[in-house]
Amino acid sequence: MTTPMVNLTIEGRPISVPAGTSILEAAKVAGVLIPHYCYHPGLPVAGVCRMCLVDVENAPKLMPSCATSVAEGQVVHVHNDKSLDARKGVLELLLINHPLDCPICDQSGECELQDYTFQEGRADSRYREPKRFNPVEDFGGDVMYVPNRCILCTRCVRFMDDVHGDPVLAVAERGDRAVITTAPDAGLTQAWAGNVVDLCPVGALLSKDFLNKARAWELDRSASVCTGCSQGCNIVVETRDNAVVRLKPRANEAVNGHFMCDEGRLNYRWLNRMDRLVAPMAGGGETEWDLATAAVAATFAGKKAHVVANPSLSNEVFFLLGRIVAKAGGAIHFAVPQGSEAPLPGVEDLSLRADRAANATGAELLGAFRSDHPYAGVSGGHLLVLVDVEPSAVPAAALSAAGAVVFIGTADPSKLGRLAAALPIANVVESDGTITNLRGRVQRFLQAKAAPGHARPAWYALADVLIALGEKADYHTASEVFSALAAAKPPFAGMSFDSLGLKGTAVAGAVAGASR
Amino acid sequence: MGYPHKTHPRETAILSKHFGDSDARSLDGWKQRGGYRALEQALSTPPAEIVDAVKASGLRGRGGAGFPTGMKWSFMKPGDGKPHYLCCNADESEPGTFKDREIMRWTPHALVEGCAIGAHAIGAETAYVYIRGEFQEPIDQMESAVSEAYAAGILGANAMGSGKRVDVHVHKGAGAYICGEETALMESLEGKRGNPRIKPPFPAVSGLFAKPTTINNVETLVAVPHILTNGAEWYKAMSLSNPKSTGTKLFSVCGNVSRPGTYEVVLGFPFKDFLYDLCGGPQAGRKFKAVIPGGASVPIQTMEEAEATLMDYEGFVAQGTMLGSGGIIVFDDHQSMPRMIARLARFFAHESCGQCTQCREGTAWTTKILERIVAGQGTFEDLDTLLEIADNMTGKTICVLSDSCAVPVVSGLQKFRHEFEALITGRRSSTVAMGGKPSAGGSALTTGAGV
Repeated sequence: MTTPMVNLTIEGRPISVPAGTSILEAAKVAGVLIPHYCYHPGLPVAGVCRMCLVDVENAPKLMPSCATSVAEGQVVHVHNDKSLDARKGVLELLLINHPLDCPICDQSGECELQDYTFQEGRADSRYREPKRFNPVEDFGGDVMYVPNRCILCTRCVRFMDDVHGDPVLAVAERGDRAVITTAPDAGLTQAWAGNVVDLCPVGALLSKDFLNKARAWELDRSASVCTGCSQGCNIVVETRDNAVVRLKPRANEAVNGHFMCDEGRLNYRWLNRMDRLVAPMAGGGETEWDLATAAVAATFAGKKAHVVANPSLSNEVFFLLGRIVAKAGGAIHFAVPQGSEAPLPGVEDLSLRADRAANATGAELLGAFRSDHPYAGVSGGHLLVLVDVEPSAVPAAALSAAGAVVFIGTADPSKLGRLAAALPIANVVESDGTITNLRGRVQRFLQAKAAPGHARPAWYALADVLIALGEKADYHTASEVFSALAAAKPPFAGMSFDSLGLKGTAVAGAVAGASR
Repeated sequence: MGYPHKTHPRETAILSKHFGDSDARSLDGWKQRGGYRALEQALSTPPAEIVDAVKASGLRGRGGAGFPTGMKWSFMKPGDGKPHYLCCNADESEPGTFKDREIMRWTPHALVEGCAIGAHAIGAETAYVYIRGEFQEPIDQMESAVSEAYAAGILGANAMGSGKRVDVHVHKGAGAYICGEETALMESLEGKRGNPRIKPPFPAVSGLFAKPTTINNVETLVAVPHILTNGAEWYKAMSLSNPKSTGTKLFSVCGNVSRPGTYEVVLGFPFKDFLYDLCGGPQAGRKFKAVIPGGASVPIQTMEEAEATLMDYEGFVAQGTMLGSGGIIVFDDHQSMPRMIARLARFFAHESCGQCTQCREGTAWTTKILERIVAGQGTFEDLDTLLEIADNMTGKTICVLSDSCAVPVVSGLQKFRHEFEALITGRRSSTVAMGGKPSAGGSALTTGAGV
């Protein structure tokens, strides 16, 4: 059944949207942003901030655009005097008890109260009375509450009630004494509770982890995908001075809605780790890339490859590893670390997955073998190729049994003892690539920071190994590797970086739920 | 709580006929006075006929808005397969209003009967009577009346032997004015925080427990049995002015009058006679100055306006105000209007649920400015600011509490601006304004009370 379309005019722009759409969402289609606070597309409508009031012709009074459905022939004015005056009034009222402490507020620079006040608020306040004061509260988990900055939009309350399904937040008191409060003996320790910090349009709910770490305008932002589990939540990686300082969810209705879990959110320090492999090694010491690559290729002679790879590596890496083992013989193995599952009840098919690795699905589609014992069967006839595995996790027995060991990875491999060669590669936020989530959705991640030392993207290092093995592998970008992958592997047929965009596409014959 | 005054000869005591008559409170006493005959008759009448009779009577909502009751009932579609609910709004918290309290205190069975008839008329099996939490005596009376009615088979699975199920539940509020707003009342009944809901959907579509619901005021429901017993024409004939305002109305009078209390008159009664004759005029040596005729949410009238008013829905509007709930607050010449208005604003600031920005912040800001003016610290700019805040608070929020706070400020500034200006220029000392000399018999408000 198709939803009938409704025609209306917003700010003089004629548009057609499905019946039942709110004026606020319809305005987005028309390219008009109606300022709002309490409305959020991932939450039930509250209609309480009264910021999104618009002038609808023939309506007796201003209408809340978040809670008013479009109607045929409606003419909506967002920026006329009547609507603007109403918003000015709301802004002045929101600010009368607001501390105006932007210089010391973490939200400054990404604050909707600040933005709209600069945009259309009054230059001064007529408020001459003492301001309301409430002390800062620790809400538990990663969340801190600064009630003086709170505008009572109740997004946090609705998230915990309706999306998380654990109603630990509520509005206490009435009138101008109202504050957000936690249930007795409860706090925001739930798996997804940290989202309230992103949802808060002002600086009232803050991340303790990010507190006082950086100003919003100092951050560089890159679109990426969380590699914490196989869900593949879309994220924004925020860096300052080439260090990741914060991960935030990026909206993708097909994967994670507007949210990400706290485990993924707070799991970024390893991206900045200092014990990195920063130069190629061969013959027991640092060397040139060409020499190290040649040393890797030479080590393959007479041996079958036993590749153990990190299942969070990109599709491109697994594709090239597959070509290497096709040439040299052998197989690719990987083990997936396990954790407990933590679904977000309010969003369909969104969960912190038990598989705590990003690309097990892609690895299997590209011919790698999942196993609980990836090192089993390593023998003297094998070249053990370790690709971005944690050196401390490699069993000593496998190292001693292998005919030779090559390390291609990010971490300092000195614990592994004598290696035939070691190639330093970039980690997930230092390179471009794609990963495939558990529902078969292929999603791109973009480079957010520079790799340390001489490290190169893994696809680059592996392409050179292929060339050294006598194969043709003249790839110049991750995009070209992916196109070659798409041409060679039927599940990825027809895909390209351009066609994936920043929201991804499901592989052919993907598991149900990949594009719900 | 005491006994009511004797009925004045110019009153028309229909609903208030048994006020002060303790015997009317019991089931037996009520039956001796003709009680439950209307219900018995109603239960054997098709609901549509009852709705038509109420429509024909011209009965309008007595809670404040004056919406035609029969029309409201006709929005309910019995037999649509959904449970229907009747809510009786007995959360009478409007300052100056205490008419429903008297109904429930003296004639609780009248309300049980009204609820049962209303429930039958809208196809509901269950009626909830949501009573203001502070009303302990009315709650006690209602609870004993309901249990008597159940014991006598008037309520229950087979109400009065009709084979129809009628349940009435008494629910005690927790002391929030906002729960008198119909959708906040439903939220509260559902066990949630009493925040008004966005409309639409209206209660007739999605009300209590998201089911079709009708909500009526106590006085409205209590009038229905009389309409059924005496006929719509009889009721409709009771009108002294506008034919759109029919029947009798209870007015509760408080403030600086000789005889405060609850009075019942036919709609259209001259307000001047009401104040000077029924209520006995001002106290000795005083003069009336202003009246709030319909509870704190309606504009203040000067005496010139009040004396020209005919007491019905249209008559009050013609004189710049509204009938509202019928809670009349009278001020005499000893009262400081700024101080009274500051107290009203403080009430609304205290009772705002805090959802909508304009109301949460505006009511509190208004109160702070008014109290500063009363304390002698005001400026002329404050008066302009008050009017602009009031403008921001009007017509922009989910419910009308915000508008209600703005109303006395705007009408007060319009009609008694000189009193505000006198406080600002210092021609009137702040100690008097703050209640240095509390007026005898008046509502002795102190500025520290409340929040």
